Amino acid sequence: MTAHATRTDRPSARTAGRRRRVRPAAVLAVVLLGALAVGVVALTVGDFPLSVPRVLAVLVGRGDGATRLIVLELRAPRVLVGLLAGAGLALAGALTQTVVRNPLASPDVLGVTSGASLGAVAAIVGGGGTYEVSDALLRAGVPLCAAVGGLAAATLVVGLSWRRGLAPTRLVLVGVGLASAVTALTSWLLVVAKVNDATTASVWLAGSVSSRGWAQAVPLAIALAVLVPAGLALARPLSVLELGDEVAAGLGLRVRATAFAAAAVAVCLTAAAVSAAGAIGFVGLVVPQIMLRLAGTTRPPLAASAAGGALLVGGADLAERLLFSWEVPVGLATAALGAPYLIWLLIRQRRTA
Amino acid sequence: MPAPGGLPRASTDRTVRLAFAVVRIDGRRCGVLAALVGVLVVLFVLGLAIGSAWLSPGTVWHALAAGGHGDAATIVRQVRLPRTLIGVVVGVALGAAGAVMQGHTRNPLADPGLFGVTAGAGLAVVLGMVVLDVRDPAAQVWLAIAGAGVATALVLAVGGRSGGNPVPLALAGVAVSALLGTVTSFLVLSDRPTLDTYRRWVVGSLAGRELSVTARVLPFVAAGLVLALLNARSMDLLGLGTDTARGLGQRLVPARLVGLTAVTLLTAAATAAAGPIGFVGLVVPHLARRLVGISYRWVVPCSALLGGCLLVAADVAGRTVPGELQVGVAVALVGAPVFVAVARRRRAVAP
Repeated sequence: MTAHATRTDRPSARTAGRRRRVRPAAVLAVVLLGALAVGVVALTVGDFPLSVPRVLAVLVGRGDGATRLIVLELRAPRVLVGLLAGAGLALAGALTQTVVRNPLASPDVLGVTSGASLGAVAAIVGGGGTYEVSDALLRAGVPLCAAVGGLAAATLVVGLSWRRGLAPTRLVLVGVGLASAVTALTSWLLVVAKVNDATTASVWLAGSVSSRGWAQAVPLAIALAVLVPAGLALARPLSVLELGDEVAAGLGLRVRATAFAAAAVAVCLTAAAVSAAGAIGFVGLVVPQIMLRLAGTTRPPLAASAAGGALLVGGADLAERLLFSWEVPVGLATAALGAPYLIWLLIRQRRTA
Repeated sequence: MPAPGGLPRASTDRTVRLAFAVVRIDGRRCGVLAALVGVLVVLFVLGLAIGSAWLSPGTVWHALAAGGHGDAATIVRQVRLPRTLIGVVVGVALGAAGAVMQGHTRNPLADPGLFGVTAGAGLAVVLGMVVLDVRDPAAQVWLAIAGAGVATALVLAVGGRSGGNPVPLALAGVAVSALLGTVTSFLVLSDRPTLDTYRRWVVGSLAGRELSVTARVLPFVAAGLVLALLNARSMDLLGLGTDTARGLGQRLVPARLVGLTAVTLLTAAATAAAGPIGFVGLVVPHLARRLVGISYRWVVPCSALLGGCLLVAADVAGRTVPGELQVGVAVALVGAPVFVAVARRRRAVAP
């Protein structure tokens, strides 16, 4: 099943060729600017509204003490976690979909999200209910358990499906099987848990960036500073891999190493994002497909997907803070924004096809 | 072509051998199906005999056929028979639905809930709890079926006119499911009593269902099974690629519609009866392809039987655990290791 963005506008081969080069870059620029704008606007919104110039002044190192406290200590970490988690999940999704050649694949095919969910829910249910550990310990323990669970599950999936290379179908089947078992354990924990813990766990599972501080934002930023360049560097090898394993090998590409590297980067990106922001679903699956349709490429564009993920999660967090008085998990707002947009793109594509 | 004046000897031999080969292969496949029926019968009896009180097959027989009295007969007739029956019906429905779904989307990740059926049923059940205060499983059946139907219609409206290409349809299913799931989560998280009921519904369970639940969903399952079997030839043709299928005289839109109707009926009935049970529909067709090859005329019935076996086996296994494991949890825990082992061992067969 390969995805194609069908386009009917072909005035001439030459302009079409130029447009094909220009369009992805233009989409990337627009989406990146949009994500930055959302980030700045999100810093102005809250119980104490600030103007955009005052926020910008704080960001360049000026402003009074109270404003600095509100912007830098209270709002910036949360906004940053949203933007970075979105970017990480979407880039991981684009990498996964390219490697397994399946538009329905998301990083969860590699077992990361389900493993991280099991780790986090186990920490919440075990720590919160039975032993009454302190809130601070729980806040530090949940991300750690999520990261460990995610990486362990992904290692198991890749290890079990590795047989002289990563065949896409085998990887997908092993991943789906393992993820189902792990998800079943998570559901079982939710059933046996006390209802308070079940609520906390459900909010985590839906994905949430509320009350995130620098303790979550800094590790995520460091991880992404390493992993995003690594992922983007795979763009060229992956475009060769798109031609098929045999052709790619014939062109001198180390097929197994490329597939493994892409899967590893996707796993680490997802583990980092999920441990900071909870199991935000949907971003990794849908943003690459949206960006593919916007940019008019044949496989998900990597950089544009990352920017689109940041825009979607950041925008969802902003919208939810503007609209609701209680803390709606950001994962819900993400789906509420992203799903109608994908539906609209699909309807429009059908009309032009 | 036969030469004039009788068939050359070598050619006759080959024809005869070929004919025998065909018969032998089909015999093997029939044998697989017959064996699965046998396994299902054995599991059914185990389902009546095993539980918190273990009964001998003789006691079970006495309770069922000879109109026995006493505690054992009550347990068998009132508790275990409805539960095991619904396990068979739900498992068969999910197995067949999964095969049809993968046959149409050609995607190993496609599960019966892909076109919004599960998400629609879930939202309808939650809306019923919040708005109408419906908490009785037998009444939730109608809500779940209605919700599933609406969701599928929505998916069809968004991605349906792409004709041959299943990718937009699948993505439309993902998007609609996500949207409906968001509304469900929103309702559940804003109302704690509903979350408490919903978290038990959403794992999938066969416990506490009366025979009336089975009776209500059975017509939907039967209709869905007939449509699925009728659709098998079309799926085989569609597997050759949409252009080839069209060239061979297959009309795409009717074939897709029949398949989609079958999936909706089967999945909606299963979800209505036992809650969303995820693993069966996704995994069973892959196992069926290993057993009987890639032709959907065999994959559909084989998946249906395997689904029934898997679900009843998981339910029985879940009952032996102290505290009892819900079937939706047990099925993944029992099935996943087997599935991973099978997926690892041989070359993967894509749908």
